[in-house]
Amino acid sequence: MTHSETNSSRRAPDPARARELIAFRIGAQEFCVDIMSVREIRGWTPATALPQSPGFLRGVVNLRGAVLPIVDLSARLGFAPAEPTARHVIIVAQIGRQVVGLLVDAVSDILTVTDDLLQPTPDVASEMAKSFVRGVLAIDKRMISQIALDHVLPLSERDAA
Amino acid sequence: MDAMAAIKQTFFQECEEQLAELESGLTAILEGDGDAETVNAVFRAVHSIKGGAGAFSLDDLVRFAHIFETALDHLRAGRLAPSPDLLKVMLRASDALADLVRATRDETNLEPQRFAALAAELRAFDPASMQQTGAAAIVKETDGAADCADDEIVFRPILMDESMFDEMDAPPAAAPRLFRIRFRPKPALYAKANEAALLLREVSNLGECSIVCDSSELPFLPDLDPEGACLTFLITLSTECDESSVREIFEFVEWDCDLDIAEETDEPAGDGVDISALVERLQASVEAERAALEEANARSAAGATPPSARQNFSPAQVEGSDTGDGVGSIGKSDPAKSDPVKIDPGKSDLAAKGDQPGPSIRVDLERVDRLINLVGELVINQAMLAQRVLEEGLARASGVATGLDELEQLTREIQDSVMAIRAQPVKSVFQRMPRLVREVAAMTGKAVRLVTDGENTEVDKTVIERIADPLTHMIRNAIDHGLETPDVRVRAGKAEEGVVHLSALHRSGRIVIEVSDDGAGIDRPRVKAIAADKGLIAPDAALSDDEIDNLIFLPGFSTAAAISDISGRGVGMDVVRRSIQALGGRISIQSRPGRGSTFTMSLPLTLAVLDGMVVTVGGQTLVVPLTAIVETLQPKVADVHEFGGGARVIAIRDQFTPLIDVGRELGYRADNADPLAGVALLVETEGGARNAMLVDAILGQRQVVIKSLEANYQHVPGIAAATILGDGRVALILDVDAIVASSRADSDAHLLAAAG
Amino acid sequence: MTKTILTVDDSRTMRDMLMLALSDAGYRVVQAEDGMHGLEVLAGEKPDVIVTDINMPRLDGFGFIEGVRGDDRHRAVPILVLTTESDAEKKERARRAGATGWIVKPFDPIKLVAAVRRVAS
Repeated sequence: MTHSETNSSRRAPDPARARELIAFRIGAQEFCVDIMSVREIRGWTPATALPQSPGFLRGVVNLRGAVLPIVDLSARLGFAPAEPTARHVIIVAQIGRQVVGLLVDAVSDILTVTDDLLQPTPDVASEMAKSFVRGVLAIDKRMISQIALDHVLPLSERDAA
Repeated sequence: MDAMAAIKQTFFQECEEQLAELESGLTAILEGDGDAETVNAVFRAVHSIKGGAGAFSLDDLVRFAHIFETALDHLRAGRLAPSPDLLKVMLRASDALADLVRATRDETNLEPQRFAALAAELRAFDPASMQQTGAAAIVKETDGAADCADDEIVFRPILMDESMFDEMDAPPAAAPRLFRIRFRPKPALYAKANEAALLLREVSNLGECSIVCDSSELPFLPDLDPEGACLTFLITLSTECDESSVREIFEFVEWDCDLDIAEETDEPAGDGVDISALVERLQASVEAERAALEEANARSAAGATPPSARQNFSPAQVEGSDTGDGVGSIGKSDPAKSDPVKIDPGKSDLAAKGDQPGPSIRVDLERVDRLINLVGELVINQAMLAQRVLEEGLARASGVATGLDELEQLTREIQDSVMAIRAQPVKSVFQRMPRLVREVAAMTGKAVRLVTDGENTEVDKTVIERIADPLTHMIRNAIDHGLETPDVRVRAGKAEEGVVHLSALHRSGRIVIEVSDDGAGIDRPRVKAIAADKGLIAPDAALSDDEIDNLIFLPGFSTAAAISDISGRGVGMDVVRRSIQALGGRISIQSRPGRGSTFTMSLPLTLAVLDGMVVTVGGQTLVVPLTAIVETLQPKVADVHEFGGGARVIAIRDQFTPLIDVGRELGYRADNADPLAGVALLVETEGGARNAMLVDAILGQRQVVIKSLEANYQHVPGIAAATILGDGRVALILDVDAIVASSRADSDAHLLAAAG
Repeated sequence: MTKTILTVDDSRTMRDMLMLALSDAGYRVVQAEDGMHGLEVLAGEKPDVIVTDINMPRLDGFGFIEGVRGDDRHRAVPILVLTTESDAEKKERARRAGATGWIVKPFDPIKLVAAVRRVAS
């Protein structure tokens, strides 16, 4: 998609293709995920660490009887690991058949956008960020990166391959 | 997976159930334990497999099942006697059918000669040289429904508009033929919920037609039986179809109506009706209908009338028919010709048979598991609440505390009951063993009788699925290694036929499964020699009988015979032991020379909960499966020895046992913990190896609900699963075998590093 | 109004196939596992058509049909018999017991639905 197409379609958004996104903050940056994959948002509770797991995996918590892995999204994106406090939140997201908790600083917004607002990830982003970011949205002078959830968890088969 | 693929999967699952039923039924008949219902069940099993196979166009399966079914039908009908010869062929046929089902499922090929040969053997029993007939794959069109308009009381022609029914396939192009059809439904036609109007619609679909409805037979209203049949239809049909297509429409009703179909050969179609001929026929049928109605009334008044009473009039119409089976008598048919099964839902004489299971429902496994999960949560919540109450410092005797105790009791009961839903009898696994015994007996040239006990003992479905392989191996082993050949047995003064006894029973909250044989028992000198040969023990090791017997469970101990002929895959008892342990079970052996051996496995009733020891390591709470723990001990300074590379051993009753630092192994800390500040758990792993695991403290024992880590994450090395403790936090359940294995790998790495 | 079909078959495979074909065609399908179960289900259901197997444990198709026809609530319901047996004797028995028609297995789903539609219309 070229830039001009993006602009023209932005002036005439197609409501049928509008999607809702949940925006959240990690440090000073804003990210978002499709609201369709978000099951709930809950406060931070201490996680049980898993041995021999990657650093971005905070551990597991009890989600109404199910064992929910918590991914420190900051660490996953290559930033400093979070130091969770009671104000941090966990976005419980459905990724394929699994349910995963994403540890973020705070939820900031719910956005309604169409797909054509999504721009390619700028080259300045780190390699790490690029592999988890589907693209960026420019809304009200904010830059919001949309996370591609399916890459967030380490898949054992992918590691093995 | 699409819906048909899912159904196909169901079909193959169901086949397995039917094959088990088939085999156990045939075996029962062979042993003289079968009754008529056993024969029926056996027939039904093959019949069902054939039916399903036909639905998926699995032609090989249909063909073989059909031949088998035909033979079984002869057996069922008493045309064949249940001779041992016949039943042995049938048992082999059931084995072959099982192979064919599995080959079809797995899309592998089987040698067709075997099936051809068995088919020939089955046919040889045929009382009248069985002819194979392919199952017809035709759907017969059905007819009926829609009201024959009640207001058509006046004699008037009804012209059907065939454009209304244009969904028919185009008939083969041929010169139009003219049929005159007289169709007079009998009460029985309507009683069977067929509808004349729909049949007429079908006819009109065949070509151009005109239909005249003759209501002249209608009695006066007070005499009108609402379910009687008083109308006659006169149809003129011009069609390119042949007479059989026309007859096909009336296939379902041909006994329940008078039907004349005549083809006009000379003149092309006119739209008139041969009135004079019709009037004659009509008059005849008016009489017949009246008589029939009168008779039906008389029958319902008198209760029953001999069927022959009808034959006085129009015998041609009654031939092969049931006119009298009219409205009044449906469901109370003549006992002489009624079916063997009577229906009386009020007092079922079937239930009186005694062996009928109680009413049951089939529930989606997912729903049950969801319920089990919810109850698991309830247990956790209850525990959390109890902990809160305790922390609040409420007195034990307070109303809240006693209420909580009752809640706990209730919760446990609910949990047990819910777990019981997943429980199934071990029968499904036991049923697979007779075939195995036959095969292994044939291969080894031994005579074997399998005796099973307690096959209705129930255990969790998952446990059942996972004991099949170890059990198979143990039975093979019992015949191959345990039992002697017939001549050896005779020389030893035993019966020629060896006995393998397979039993299951519940004992202290676990299921105990025993496989015993009356063979030669463990050949201890030979076992010891093999173990020494393979470097598993020192050649001069002094071992007790019990210890020698247990050598067969060591990894690497597998006799040549076991690899070559029977087991084929070269798995030994070590694999059996490991799979039993993976289920949280234990296996042991008792053997007496010349008298035989008994293998005893004890397994948990469910895999959903586990008895665990709750411990702390490096600030984390962990659960160690109780089945793995032999004992706990407080290490003393004199007992612990450094072994180089950070490895340590602990002396337990003069035996040096590796001391594994769980905290280091799991990466909770970098350095070895102080053994004196902790507790050692002596654990037993595969092959009976003992290791001591160092933990910081023991919090207690409790039953925990097992939660999968894989559901939302993935397998974690050293961790078997997770659970949720009373404080609501997730605790990990240790995989003792994996921890031991990885610690061994670590020390090997240390040694290599030291050597390099 | 959605029409209800009661299917009576001891084979899960067949029940599933009937369910698939009939529910795709917009029918509401209730299932029973044998004749006895079928009669139990009928105590609380009033189906527009019944499709039943013949060979079943506890109570076979013949007995089931007689039971249905003997029940005032259900005597007028069309009953289609599913059978792999095409011999005249079976049809004759089914018919005598009160079957409306039969469908020879294996059935083509389209033809099954067509048959049901014909008797249910």
